[in-house]
Amino acid sequence: MSDTQMGQGGGGAFDLSQFHEVFFEEAGDNLASMEQLLLAADAATADDESLNAIFRCAHSIKGGAATFGFQDVADLTHVMETLLDKLRRHELSITSGMIDTLLESGDVLRQLLALRQNGSGQTLDCSELVTRIRALAEGEAAAAPVIAPIAPAVPEPAVRVPAEPELAHGERRLDLTIGPLEHPAFADHLAELFAEIPGLGTLSATDGGQVDATQVRRFRVITSASDSDLLDLFSFHVSRDKVAIVDISSAATSVMPVSAAVPVALDAKSDDFGFFDDEPETHAQPGAAQVVIESAAPAVTASPSVSIDAAMAVAPVTPTAALAKAPAVPAGAANLETSTIRVPIEKVDQLINLVGELVITQAMLAQTGRELDSVINQRMSTGLTDLERNTRLLQEAVMAIRMIPMSAVFNRFPRMLRDLSAKLGKKLELHTIGEDTELDKGLIEKITDPLTHLVRNAADHGIELPAERLAAGKPEMGSVTLAAAHQGGSIVIEVRDDGRGLNRGKLLKKAAERGLPVSDSMTDQEVYGLIFEPGFSTAIEVTDVSGRGVGMDVVKRNITSLGGTVEIDSTEGQGMRVSVRLPLTLAIMDGMSVGVAEETYIVPLASVVESIHLSASDVKSVGGTGRVVEVRNEYLPLMQLDELFDVPRAIESSGGIMIVVEAEGGRVALLVDELIGQHQVVVKNLEANYRKVPGVSGATILGDGRVALILDVSWLVRRARH
Amino acid sequence: MSTREHTHPTDTARPREYLTFRLGEEEYGIDILKVQEIRGYEQPTRIANAPAFVKGVVNLRGVIVPIVDLRLKFGLGSAEYNDFTVVIILNLGSRVVGIVVDSVSDVMELSSSQIRDTPDIDSAVDAGFITGLGTLNDRMLILIAIEKLMGASEMALADSVA
Repeated sequence: MSDTQMGQGGGGAFDLSQFHEVFFEEAGDNLASMEQLLLAADAATADDESLNAIFRCAHSIKGGAATFGFQDVADLTHVMETLLDKLRRHELSITSGMIDTLLESGDVLRQLLALRQNGSGQTLDCSELVTRIRALAEGEAAAAPVIAPIAPAVPEPAVRVPAEPELAHGERRLDLTIGPLEHPAFADHLAELFAEIPGLGTLSATDGGQVDATQVRRFRVITSASDSDLLDLFSFHVSRDKVAIVDISSAATSVMPVSAAVPVALDAKSDDFGFFDDEPETHAQPGAAQVVIESAAPAVTASPSVSIDAAMAVAPVTPTAALAKAPAVPAGAANLETSTIRVPIEKVDQLINLVGELVITQAMLAQTGRELDSVINQRMSTGLTDLERNTRLLQEAVMAIRMIPMSAVFNRFPRMLRDLSAKLGKKLELHTIGEDTELDKGLIEKITDPLTHLVRNAADHGIELPAERLAAGKPEMGSVTLAAAHQGGSIVIEVRDDGRGLNRGKLLKKAAERGLPVSDSMTDQEVYGLIFEPGFSTAIEVTDVSGRGVGMDVVKRNITSLGGTVEIDSTEGQGMRVSVRLPLTLAIMDGMSVGVAEETYIVPLASVVESIHLSASDVKSVGGTGRVVEVRNEYLPLMQLDELFDVPRAIESSGGIMIVVEAEGGRVALLVDELIGQHQVVVKNLEANYRKVPGVSGATILGDGRVALILDVSWLVRRARH
Repeated sequence: MSTREHTHPTDTARPREYLTFRLGEEEYGIDILKVQEIRGYEQPTRIANAPAFVKGVVNLRGVIVPIVDLRLKFGLGSAEYNDFTVVIILNLGSRVVGIVVDSVSDVMELSSSQIRDTPDIDSAVDAGFITGLGTLNDRMLILIAIEKLMGASEMALADSVA
């Protein structure tokens, strides 16, 4: 582990790079909270809760880094985790030296992450730090505070930064942007032009031959030809309107040189433990190079480009330049940074609520508008019609902001399983079901970590080695299945494996060893639930993959904090299934609104099978009180919503409408007074300010501003069974 | 930081402001800082099988807010709902709850010298939720620890935390 590998940013069959930003954000958050916790953790007062929290921060970073193949980050966090693990188990007691070292590690991690984010394919040599943390974990006296700075492992050729070639008299340096192109190779013809026409000048790609999402290629040109001459030449290959030329000859000298940029960055990160104090003098050539991060950042991630252009050459100097985000981008050059923005969820929620209010106001205006004479108030009614349409479109657009298909999470796993199968010597295949199930963005983000742990656990603990599997008469290839589905107003995500399953006896024994209160009379569910206890792990050895028992503890905690539940089902020798059930904190659902006396309820449309007009003679009673109704040669339990929900009723209803609903494999018939209509409803949870209500999965706001409760069909079906 | 209010409960010199309201013949006061807004009563959506004093939930600008009728809870006054019935929307940190009262009187400033201890009495309001009795001229205000009251398990406003 001491020799740090140089993993490639976004390699592999699956494009993980789309999730890099999320990881960097999460890791940044984790580092920040780790630092806060460490600073708060006084040697004397550090409690279990904060030690566990610090440990989890490191663990989460490690997990993500391993998923993306950021070996250096994973290695460093692994040793930190070993130390932290001993601390939280009270095998060691925390010293200020340890806190210093851990804080220092946090800073190094931040730099490693910055390098990764910058995509320079570079890393730092942190073997000395790793050794020091190991020593601490071994219980040696806290090493003296660091004095020797860790030298940045800068690759050979980058020690001196190649300068931009000097311009001869009359020559100009141009930034050339071609695109958007249907086929990026068209732009390569331009390079041939420069090769074929003597005296034209030179052209080099600044994008490493890669095309970004906008299908635009970028070049650096040194030429004495005029813009119009160049455009004439280029028009042989690409149309004029796709060519943009920006003269940067004069800008080149005014662009901030590296030497100036670096100290600024260092100042900004003053608590640097002096790692890079010597760097600006040794590596930077004052005034010689531009920091051209503008093109280096997105393009280089994908491939170690062969063409050594200015941007590439400068990139290696960027341990700190990465922090000084593109200080001076030549004027006119398009900003390649990102095509998305990260917005706090609260802002989106505020938008959603405001739009909700707008819809209600609009409905009210429309109501009033209908009472007006449409001939006299023609302009008014046209305006109202427009308002209605625009409001609806606006609402849909705002809602869509938060909804993301589950594939956003599921896509992370194929690569992880591939790596795991190599690491563990197991054969693994991944199946995904229901990737299209849309889930609120907030939930997607929060469910990712728990799912990662679950998949990891399934691969590490669940699936046996190929030989074992064959001996057990199972196929050599172990399978891990991820399934997502909407169910009764919740989202259920399952992680299934066909591995060895859980061993009841082993779990009980382990729990007893850990001093947990257990007895043989516990149900299987309760016994399986033990694996969610902090520090509980059935793996014999602690591996790099899992086995500290932290994963399940985090899983449970995260899911509970989302108001969800986790259930484990297992058959020994056959595998296990972990079902995560999450409430829909915010999701759009197709609902059918039904009237019961004066009240309105929403039935999730997905669970509605059919609705039938009911006449009294269809209802038969069983054992006096139980009532059934015959629907298509099948007797279904009949549930009267007014009875169930104690709806006050002025006059007795006659007949009514029966809605057949289905959930969890069962069907019941619900008796209501009337069907009001179908519409999309925004699901709000009741628990935010109130509590969970039996039979109700959430609430929504109707067009007139009133609240309607959404029925929990699963609950109704379960209740009918009793 | 040490100059910030509320950090020292012993800092009683500073007078505090209370919103006063009536329940039947009695006058109550709650910390004004817990009050988000005051609204007219609108018919909430009933929640089945909830205690009678939980009137249901309303839509407060996109947020689902439970409404509790304190008159029913404490058995004070007649629980009539008319154009003058008032709902005080409380913001209790992470939760928003509305309470129905007979009427809102005014905002009053009380210094610690005006607050007397509650004697041991048997009342519908648990003495643990009364922080003291405020006196102002010949008025007596029953000062309620509203956040504590709303979080109490007998209010059944939140899922019991394990």
